[in-house]
Amino acid sequence: MAYIPHTDADRQAMLAAIGVERMDDLYDAIPADVRFPDLDLPEAVSELEILDELQALSEANLDTRHFACFLGAGAYNHFIPSAVDHILRRGEFYTAYTPYQPEISQGTLQAIFEYQSLICQLTGMQVSNASHYDGATALAEAVILALNHHRGKRAKVVMSPAVHPHSRQVVRTYTQGMGVTVVGDESCCNGPDDLAAHLDSNTAMVAVQYPDFFGHIVDFTRLAEATHAAGALLCVSVNPLALGLLRPPSGFGADVVVGEGQPLGIPLSFGGPYLGIFTTKQEFVRKMAGRLVGETVDSRGQRAYVLTLTPREQHIRREKATSNICTNQGLMALAAAVYLSLMGKQGLRRAAELCYHKAHYAAAKIGALPGYKIWNEGTFFNEFVVACPKPVAEINHHLLEDHEIVGGYDLGHDYAELKGHMLIAATEMNTREEIDELASALEEVAHD
Amino acid sequence: MKVSPDLKYTQNDEWIRVEGSTGTAGITDYAQEQLSDIVFVEVLASVGETIAKGAAFANVESVKAAAEVYMPVSGTITAVNNALPQGPEAINKDPYGEAWMVRFTITAPAELEGLMSSAAYQKHCEGRSH
Repeated sequence: MAYIPHTDADRQAMLAAIGVERMDDLYDAIPADVRFPDLDLPEAVSELEILDELQALSEANLDTRHFACFLGAGAYNHFIPSAVDHILRRGEFYTAYTPYQPEISQGTLQAIFEYQSLICQLTGMQVSNASHYDGATALAEAVILALNHHRGKRAKVVMSPAVHPHSRQVVRTYTQGMGVTVVGDESCCNGPDDLAAHLDSNTAMVAVQYPDFFGHIVDFTRLAEATHAAGALLCVSVNPLALGLLRPPSGFGADVVVGEGQPLGIPLSFGGPYLGIFTTKQEFVRKMAGRLVGETVDSRGQRAYVLTLTPREQHIRREKATSNICTNQGLMALAAAVYLSLMGKQGLRRAAELCYHKAHYAAAKIGALPGYKIWNEGTFFNEFVVACPKPVAEINHHLLEDHEIVGGYDLGHDYAELKGHMLIAATEMNTREEIDELASALEEVAHD
Repeated sequence: MKVSPDLKYTQNDEWIRVEGSTGTAGITDYAQEQLSDIVFVEVLASVGETIAKGAAFANVESVKAAAEVYMPVSGTITAVNNALPQGPEAINKDPYGEAWMVRFTITAPAELEGLMSSAAYQKHCEGRSH
């Protein structure tokens, strides 16, 4: 039995509608000789042999177990208690998604509910959704929320240059063709006052990062006041681990708080899967994309969990939906919930303090080296910028090849003014010896 | 379904009460029956705004569907029922009374001619297949 519902007549009608005669005409753009390439695959091998080969391949990658890592820029090498992985891999939990018949999976719903509750506590916000794919997506959804809040009557987004460059790109991609202009991030050094200068009656949202991409901890109270005075919303993108130590952004009046959840018990994994944190105020809950798990009681008065807002986009709003994202990052949200539960309030604070102190120890050491200068002014968290005496790529090559150190992020990639500037991150995983070795290696390469 | 003889109706299931140059609008009993339990209302219109006939002035969402509510005739908004978002179930209970949505000054009275009487609207609803 064929499960393809189209009849030949359906196909002909579709082809006619787009103005081609045969299905093959659709592939005209692909040169004929590459349409069915000879794959030239090797002979099949046994499981034992292929495991050996794959193992060797994976060992060709360098990893943070064997190399000291000072690379951050949005993804951080943190300690993950083993219990996180053990709980994630339980069969009852091991699915990447919110279930599609959700109420039968009470355990999964409860886990998401716990995640939402923990994230609300951490950010100080009233509502958290069940998560998005990553921090960049969450920021883009925040912009969509603001545009809808203003019913399309405001089309400007004021974006801090110190929001992660990838997130800024995702916002621009997301809002393509919507008539939205994104301003404010033209120069790396535009601060809160420069952003406030862009505010007008066409501004839907101001987006900032906390701590920012360069590590700075900025108080956005004044910017929040100016934003609200202009009738716009303030979105703060956070590093959730830093909130173990810092005043939550709800304290300065953020309307939406988003963030990359990777620091909360999710391994670097060469870039993903990560976790998009999305929280807001109660008044915007109906504008929030994604799912929301709620607690209620069943017909017998027992505690039960439901997908309170799940059906909105897919089942109810359909073409009126303001976002096409309905799913969440279930497994990674669970990882964050387990991590936060294991760490507790004091544990998270301790981890954040360690990051702060290690980064400041590193900055003091590196700042004292001839040729290097700390670029940051004011308080920073676990990341700082160093002006280097040589091209960053050259320094990183030396660190990697001669010292088994993964160096910092080359800011010249994203900021023309910051050529020769390296963004260095430190976490609780970096020992004092590693930091001392980094400093002496940097000193050495400056003299080469 | 209930209709009220003192109101006029649109094809899209809005009602309007005309008192002099003032119009009051909401959605009909038939509409609330079709939508079933209404869980969310958002009035998009704000006082002072002039909205053309046929333009959306509110969103209504039930457990089954989301619908936009359109102006039956053009008007300048003079009042918005701010109690509705806190108690959207009023639309299910009392669509022609408590659940009024907006009040406005009718700017193009001639447009009233195109609306249906309660008898015509009742016939219109009966003729719809589901």
